[in-house]
Order: sequence, then structure tokens, then C-alpha cells
Amino acid sequence: MASVTMTVNGKSVSGDVEGRTLMSDFLRNDLRLTGTHIGCDTSQCGACVIHVNGEAVKSCTMFAVEADGAEVATIEGQANTDGSLNVIQQAFQDHHGLQCGFCTPGMVMSAAALLKDNPKPSEAEVREYLEGNICRCTGYHNIVKAIMAASGQDVPAVAAE
Amino acid sequence: MYAFEIERPSTIADAIKALSEEDAQALGGGQTLIPTLKQRLAMPATLVSLTGIGEMQGVCIGDNGEVCVGGATNHATVAAETAASYPGLSGLAGNIGDPAVRNRGTVGGSLANNDPSACYPAAALGSGATIITNTRQIAADDYFQGMFETALEEGEVITEVRFPVPEKSHYEKFVQPASRFALVGVFVAKYADGVRVAVTGASENGVYRWSEAETALSSDFSKDALDGLTVPADGMIADLHGSSDYRAHLVKVMTGRAVTAAA
Repeated sequence: MASVTMTVNGKSVSGDVEGRTLMSDFLRNDLRLTGTHIGCDTSQCGACVIHVNGEAVKSCTMFAVEADGAEVATIEGQANTDGSLNVIQQAFQDHHGLQCGFCTPGMVMSAAALLKDNPKPSEAEVREYLEGNICRCTGYHNIVKAIMAASGQDVPAVAAE
Repeated sequence: MYAFEIERPSTIADAIKALSEEDAQALGGGQTLIPTLKQRLAMPATLVSLTGIGEMQGVCIGDNGEVCVGGATNHATVAAETAASYPGLSGLAGNIGDPAVRNRGTVGGSLANNDPSACYPAAALGSGATIITNTRQIAADDYFQGMFETALEEGEVITEVRFPVPEKSHYEKFVQPASRFALVGVFVAKYADGVRVAVTGASENGVYRWSEAETALSSDFSKDALDGLTVPADGMIADLHGSSDYRAHLVKVMTGRAVTAAA
């Protein structure tokens, strides 16, 4: 067992973990932050995307020990301080960017990482950035619309409609 | 996963010491190793994480103008920091996997694993890079020794990779859409003394140089120079994503596209 201490959504947390404890399991089982979803557990689907030191990573493909000392952000820390939805979350609601909602935490965290580096992405850039996030409902068009709206841009008319 | 301990050394020397213990294994970004561990295909006693070693991080320009990349540098960093100095390498690194994978996966990890469909081996072989380890320097031509096989000895760590910068280069990847690995990927680099063409994803022996194309392109760096060449399907990978004939066909098509994009 190893002791880890990190900052999660602004709060210092610590715990004792095995070497093999995945970051996703540490968040969900130890910290009870179950907003980070485990869809595939094979680093394909992106439902478990969190930010570690500001970078989007798949928390199912990183050990908790590797986040020792890191600044971690999860979906639970994304809302505004008054509890209202942040711009990206609100855009997902406004544009029906979720159906079953399972992939949504990862989609929102990936979207936040994209918009941090590229505040006004093109539709193509949004779609490319979401390569590692799979929506089982295949609701990609509305997710892309939501991210375009969250970036303050016109929501594209999607070819499939 | 079987149980193991993780060590996080901060120097190369400490990492080498930790790796000398029985059943110790190096951990780069873990984007291949962690899925492998989950399938219980590996059973290390200790994983030695290399990503906390400062001297193995970052990109710089060497004395001879080559791009030097620390072995534990992740793909996103390489993509960002070589965009001006070596666009062909930057483009390759920036299209590996997906953004979250690129924030974890490392150049050293990719080259040490030498997956037959990985992108980085094509850049290293196509650039005639030098693989620098804790003990020696290995030319890329000597380093890749077949599918998942390299010249690395037990406990040897890739600390740095030096890429000579070509006049023109491009990596063209036919993406396997589920995994984002290369179904076939071709790295073409035009140097003053000739053209190098490295092919990944195609051969059962892993990355290789397509020497006939190198000869043709060295005298005429255009897609048309490839017209008379054929790629035999013998020894090409065949799986549910594509037959060996299909991969052989793609080698020529991807090479042509890479030349056109580089020219």
C-alpha cells in the first residue's frame, strides 16, 4: 500500500492505495466521486476523462499513485460556485447534448480541456478532439452543437438533420 | 490486475537501480501497459514509473540541429513543441490515439514497446533517429528487431531520442477507426543525402524501410516516382481490419500521399 495526497476539485484529499489501484477506482470507491464513469475500462470510451494538472486524461488508464501531488479536476467540480451549471454543462442541457447521460461526464471534461486550449474551435476540431469519447446513444450531433454553443459560436446545422 | 508495487524515482540513476530488482518493469505513460496489465498478460512485482524523472522530460534542439526528445515526454508535448522545428514529427505525435491518450503516452514507451501498428517507430526509423539509453546510443536501423522486439536489454531505459530534421517530411496514416492505431502508416523524410521511407502497421516484422521507394524518391521526390513499384503481400499483417493484400496496397497509396503532402 502507498499513501497518496492530491488536490481534487480544490480540496486536499489523501488515501492509502495499492499500486494497482486505478485513478478511476480511487475517485469512485475511496472518494465516492462517482460522477467519473467507467464505461469500458479499456481506455477506449472516455467516460472516465478527468483533468490532472490541467490535462485531460483517461482515469481508468492511470494509477492513483501517479496522481500523488497532482491537481485533479472531476465532473463534480465543474459547476459554478453557487451550484448552477457552468457554461458547458448548461449548453449540454440546452442543446440536448445527452441522452442516457453515461458518457456525459467525460464529454464535458474533454470539452473543457478543448476550450481551454482552443476557445473557438471549428466543428471539425470539436469532432476530432472527441475521438476518444464514445457516446453509446450516438448523440454526437447535439454534443458538438453544445460545445460550439459553449464556445459562444453559432451552432452548426448538422448534415444529418 | 495482479498486485504490484509502483515506484516513482526522480532520477534516471534511481530508476535503473529500481529496475534491477527481480520482476521490475518500466512504466511510461501506461497507455499500452495498463490495458495489458488489466488483461493479466503481465505480472511485474514492481512498476518503475519514468514520468516523474525531470531529466527525461521535454524537447530541445541539439548541437547539430537535431530535435532531442526526452524519453518520458508525452505525445501532446512533442506535437506542440516540434510544430516549428520538425512539422512531420509534430504531425505524427499529434495524431496518435486521442487527446487524452496523447497527454499520457510517451515516446520512450512507444519505442520500447515497438507495437507493429504504432506511429512512433515510423518516425524514428524514417528519420534515422538515434535512440539513447542509460548505457548507449542505438541507431534506429539497428534498434527495431521485429514485432515487439527491440535492441533494448533487460532493465535498459530510453532516456532520449534524437531526430535529425529533414528538408521535407510527412507521416500519412490510414487510421484503424476503433483503435486509432495505424492500419498502415508511412513516414517519408527527404534529407540532403536521400529519402527515407518507414512503414508501420503493415508488416508482421513490425516497422521497416521500403528501400525501393527510397531509391525511386531519392532521384525524383514525387508521387509519380512510385508508379512502377509494387509491394508484395508476403509477410503483411492480415486481420479482421484488412487482408495482407489490402495492407500491401495501402503501403504504396500512403507513401504517395505522404510524398505529395511533404513536397
